[in-house]
Amino acid sequence: MSRIGVFVCHCGENIGRTVDCEAVAEALKDHPGVAFTEDYKYMCSDPGQQLVKKAIEENNLTGVVVAACSPHMHEKTFRRACDQAGLNQYMCEMANVREHCSWIHEDRGEATAKAIDITRTIVEKVKHNRPLESIRIPVTKRALVIGGGIAGIQAALDIADGGHEVVLVEKEASIGGHMSQLSETFPTLDCSQCILTPRMVEAYQHPNIKLHTWSEVEKVDGYIGNFNVTIRKKARSVNEDLCNGCGDCQASCPAKRIPSEFEAGLGKRTAIYVPFPQAVPNIPVLDRQNCTLFKGRRKGLAKDVCGKCQEVCLKGAVDYDTEDTFIEEEIGAIVVATGFQLYNIGREQPEGLKGYGEYGYGKVPDVIDGLQFERLASASGPTEGAILRPSDGKEPKTVVFVHCVGSRDPEKGISYCSKICCMYNAKHAMLYKHKVHDGRAVAFYMDIRAGGKGYDEFSRRAIEEDGAEYIRGRVSRIFRDGDVVKVWGYDTLSGEQVVINADMVVLATAMRPQDGVRELAQKLSVSTDEHGFINEAHPKLRPVETNTAGVFVAGACQAPRDIPEAVAMASATGAKVMSLFSADELEREPAVAIVNENTCIGCMNCANVCAYGAIEQREICTVDGHVCGHVAYVNPGVCQGCGTCQAVCLSKSVELQTFTDEQIFSEINALCYWE
Amino acid sequence: MTDVAYYPGCSLHGTSREFDESLRAVAADLGIGLAEIRDWSCCGASSGHTTDHLLGVALPARNLALAEAQGFDTVLAPCAACYNRLSAARLAIATEDGLAERMPDLLDRPFSNSVVVHNAVELLRDAAATIEQKVAVATAPNRLKGVKLAAYYGCLLVRPVEVCGYDDPEQPTSMDDVIKACGADAVDWDMKVECCGGAFSVSRTASVLRLGRAIIENARSHGAEAIIVACPLCHSNLDLRQKAMARRGEEPMPILFVTQMVGLALGLAPVDLGMSRHFVDTAPFIARLVQQATERAAAEKLAEEEAAAKAAARAEKQKVGA
Repeated sequence: MSRIGVFVCHCGENIGRTVDCEAVAEALKDHPGVAFTEDYKYMCSDPGQQLVKKAIEENNLTGVVVAACSPHMHEKTFRRACDQAGLNQYMCEMANVREHCSWIHEDRGEATAKAIDITRTIVEKVKHNRPLESIRIPVTKRALVIGGGIAGIQAALDIADGGHEVVLVEKEASIGGHMSQLSETFPTLDCSQCILTPRMVEAYQHPNIKLHTWSEVEKVDGYIGNFNVTIRKKARSVNEDLCNGCGDCQASCPAKRIPSEFEAGLGKRTAIYVPFPQAVPNIPVLDRQNCTLFKGRRKGLAKDVCGKCQEVCLKGAVDYDTEDTFIEEEIGAIVVATGFQLYNIGREQPEGLKGYGEYGYGKVPDVIDGLQFERLASASGPTEGAILRPSDGKEPKTVVFVHCVGSRDPEKGISYCSKICCMYNAKHAMLYKHKVHDGRAVAFYMDIRAGGKGYDEFSRRAIEEDGAEYIRGRVSRIFRDGDVVKVWGYDTLSGEQVVINADMVVLATAMRPQDGVRELAQKLSVSTDEHGFINEAHPKLRPVETNTAGVFVAGACQAPRDIPEAVAMASATGAKVMSLFSADELEREPAVAIVNENTCIGCMNCANVCAYGAIEQREICTVDGHVCGHVAYVNPGVCQGCGTCQAVCLSKSVELQTFTDEQIFSEINALCYWE
Repeated sequence: MTDVAYYPGCSLHGTSREFDESLRAVAADLGIGLAEIRDWSCCGASSGHTTDHLLGVALPARNLALAEAQGFDTVLAPCAACYNRLSAARLAIATEDGLAERMPDLLDRPFSNSVVVHNAVELLRDAAATIEQKVAVATAPNRLKGVKLAAYYGCLLVRPVEVCGYDDPEQPTSMDDVIKACGADAVDWDMKVECCGGAFSVSRTASVLRLGRAIIENARSHGAEAIIVACPLCHSNLDLRQKAMARRGEEPMPILFVTQMVGLALGLAPVDLGMSRHFVDTAPFIARLVQQATERAAAEKLAEEEAAAKAAARAEKQKVGA
């Protein structure tokens, strides 16, 4: 016979205001199997917990029901208290009479009756609870960081400094990400590369960091502490061990007119190239799409038409016949830091986005985006830091900066604020004015959102000290009129139309997640929002965790982020990973499904519906080793306890340990029979 | 080709008779049957929908109901305002709660909102392949070949996008496609969808003049020899108001309806296309086109003859050599 204790919490006034807690305790007193009832103002307080512990010891209780708030809040608290009193913690359950009752009802009588019903159902469930043990799973203390931008570098360094191995995967030829393209950074105007490159070098030289550039994550299996990751090392055509980075191959390459991705299309590169001088590693890749030799091979020419880079390489590092290779890594935790890309105003758009016909769909040559301006302003850029416009290389005397292009414009498909543009537009206006003293910088803005330490002062400085003209309003049309770029706008403060004959226009286009992030999210079983940003587990309390245990998120792949935020997030993921790696084994709740192998018919319906890939097929063998059948097996490390398998099982052979059919039917019966 | 219900609206029976004349001539040449909706009434443009939403829907809906009752599934509304009102009514009835149910009672006739509405540009764009083919096989030289034309869409033909939706609202290309089908060059210019001043032509003439001048000047600066329109109001604002511009010594710019342009390409007589009804005299423009075409034809003929003579000489030489 069960001896269950029922503890009714007033939660101050939260429950007590609408539910007569004394009456609930009184009503449960006579319920079969209940040995003890009590109500108390704050059951979660230390005296409240003491009350529970004392009752367990004095009344020799076999189960505990706490009628209080949601199990999300205090289930852990009371289970721990039970454990300390010598009762198996899984014999304790919460009856939610706050969120499910007192908060949503007004009538005290009816709410009290409902609270009694809720508590009774849980008492009936607890009668069928069995003592369970937490699941222990081993942890591989090696982290995978996906993305080698500033967020990925920071996360990798923090984990590596903590003494754990890190595998850092970057899809481009060099780490550094977008930060390596920036000229100066707000709000201090310090040189981006000067602060970034030491980190890049440190990551490359760190004994605990294994760096794979020109590589992508191909496949992810397993679960927290025990991931199996396959990394695709794309064919580089250059042997990383032999190459000494002398640059002879690059100098010899005849294909010199390929738009450089690093220069945002404003500069040119060769087919075999190192993206920028400070690249890490300083090992070139061969862009086979644009290589003369590979173009010839694709045409089916019998003889290779080029081969200059191989000829000049004294180390014999250039190899045209390399293929993609795959590396398997055992990983305990994953940090996703894939970063962002910029919205493109062109006619060709991914689904849901529209582009800007009113700005000529990006066909006006002197209309550029923020990253292109960064390259123009950068000392290492195509103009060596001189602000010269792309069409004719002249110094523009009037530059218009347009905020919120794509961002905050649901008509064009993006409703969110990209957050960094107000700041970088102010920075651009300043940089421009510092270089072109007689120039005119005009910014069209919706609102100035300069929240952050020293941010508002910075944007005011652009206006007050550097004389940028700020016009509150939108730009309705941009077109080329001879030598000038006509900008038609509207000043909403003066209520007048504005026409500016600009020499160059800089569009602050929206930040979007990188291409392929949805596919990556699928591989990792993490969710993305409607725009493709990776969802955090909780927007306030779990901002760097995802809904898959052991997968963390940092930087602009989660939402638009500036550098300090990306770095802070990265360090937070570092701390999370370190805490995960602090023990040899992980403990988790036994809320997982268990298959009864004696009745399982091996139809594998459960495996088909499992969203987490937790179910696999296992062979059943006879004593002499012959395979005589198949059954399903639930991997307790991966199972998230959702119960979908239980719902579809034809032979009733799979059950969640904490929500058995018996328990659920008992709960329903309790509602049916007890008046 | 099946007949389409033709909704001329007031303009094509009045101030823009040349749009009606050229449309009928071109449709006949392309084998498109136009059947004017019997007993059609005002679409309510401007005054209807600014007075009352229900009136603004019911007035065009009556015409859609008539077309439906007369057995059509497509209505052709060449005037941009008519097109916009008919399409907007169709959309409102399809999407607004309870509106469709009220219609039969309100219109005093059954109505299932089943006909689609097209404008003249859509009709001609869909017939572009036929136009191209006819122009290619014509014996007379194409008067439009290589002529630079600016497609001007104005506001109501492509906007709002929920109502029109057949083309890009900011950088439309449908009329450009028709221009290209005629063998002419569609110039890439900046004011395709700018405002012509609309109905302010009477109340704020100075503003309309300013807007019209900007449009004409932009087209001219991109090399356009004429502007092609598909809206009676655009035509009137650009064509009629050039009188004032001429007083300032500005060069005249012929403004042609899209149907007139197609008619010229198809070799129809200018008089049948209503070319003489414009304020900006189109005769010099057409004369220039004819002259260019004749000269080009002559030059081509000469080149052909020379080539033939050369080929003959070569053949002769080979014969001798053999």
